[in-house]
Parts: sequence; C-alpha cells; structure tokens
Amino acid sequence: MLGKRILDEMFADALDGYPLEACGLLGGSVDEPGTARVETCYPTVNVAASARIYEVEPRGLLRADRAAEAAGGQLVGVYHSHTHTEAKPSPTDVTQAPDPDWHYVLVSLRDTCPSVRSWRITAGKITEEPVVLQ
Amino acid sequence: MPVDVRLPTVLRPAAGGQATVATEGVTVGEVFDDLIRQHPALRDQLLTSDGELHRHLNIFLNDDDIRYLGKLDAKVGEHDTLTLMPAVAGG
Repeated sequence: MLGKRILDEMFADALDGYPLEACGLLGGSVDEPGTARVETCYPTVNVAASARIYEVEPRGLLRADRAAEAAGGQLVGVYHSHTHTEAKPSPTDVTQAPDPDWHYVLVSLRDTCPSVRSWRITAGKITEEPVVLQ
Repeated sequence: MPVDVRLPTVLRPAAGGQATVATEGVTVGEVFDDLIRQHPALRDQLLTSDGELHRHLNIFLNDDDIRYLGKLDAKVGEHDTLTLMPAVAGG
C-alpha cells in the first residue's frame, strides 16, 4: 500500500535516471505479515551506473535504514526501474534479492507512460502482489 | 572492547532472532570471531570458505564502510557499532 506521492516520487526518479536504471529504498511499516504500508521513498545512487543493472550505493542504504527507523518504521522494500522491459523481476533481480520479507517494486519506462508492479521474491520464486494506492 | 553488532532482518534467524548482538573485540575481525562464537550459524552468511567477507555484505563501523578502513583489520573503539546490511542490487 502506498500513497500517490510515493508513486510520483518513484516515477520522477526513474525518469530522471533514464537512460540508466534508477533505484531507491522504501520505508514504512508492516501492518500484517506479507503486506506493507510505504510511508517514505528514499532515492539512492545507482553505483552501477548502468541501463541493465543497479546497485544501491551502500551509504545511501545505511542512511535510508536509519531514517526509516528514526521515523518509527523500517525498510520494507526496494524499487528500481527497467528502462526497456516490463515491470517484472529479471533473473538477476531474483538471484540477488537480499531479503525475502521485502517488497520488490518495479517501474517500467518501456511504454509512453511509466507503470508500476510489485513482487515478492522468496527462494528464487516470484509472486506478484497488488499495489494499492491510498 | 564492547561493540554492538546490528543485524539485518535476513540474518536475525541465525542469531536467535536478535537484532543487536553485544560482542567484544579490538578489530572488526575479532568482533566477527566473537559474533560467530556466539552464533555459529552466522559464519557461512558472513564469511567465505577462505575466511574473506562475503561480497554481498555491507559492513559499517558507525557511519563508515569498513572496505575503506582496512576490512577485517579495521580497529574498533569502545561502544562503536557495527551495522551489517545486505547489498541491494539487481538487473
């Protein structure tokens, strides 16, 4: 579950980073197991500086983690853009997914309008979940 | 030297569910030795079979990445905090 402001921030970051992949962390709360309420978007530097892969800048990750905790929540997921493919985890996304409890949000810039989808990645398997705007 | 080690959620099951583990050591390597002594299940998630740090692990001594402080040889001070976080990457 996320607010329109969060969606706007992710889309803006993805478009700003184009033609490279953009990435960032999502802070919020876990209301019930398997779901999350995203309160804050933390854009980070993609140190891979690539149109095909992303790597969140480590200190940006630390800052986001601390900011999410200071706000009374936690990191609940990560977003990144796919510049020319659909908003679905790539094999690289699946093999490198850092935390099975996280939500993996993909922004696609393949079409004229950006699109967003969210996924869980557990033990190498992906499962789509609904994105609920609040 | 007392040093707190903060663990990410993905590593907590290997440490009995703890988010923070109190350790002793004067280098990051000694802190890791103590951490693994207390929670042996963490070893393979922190170190390679050669005893090197896993590449997918970020380790911060307070605000600084230990890759720039000497890695396992980095000195730690009293009441420092080591924060472990998984690398976040994909394609």
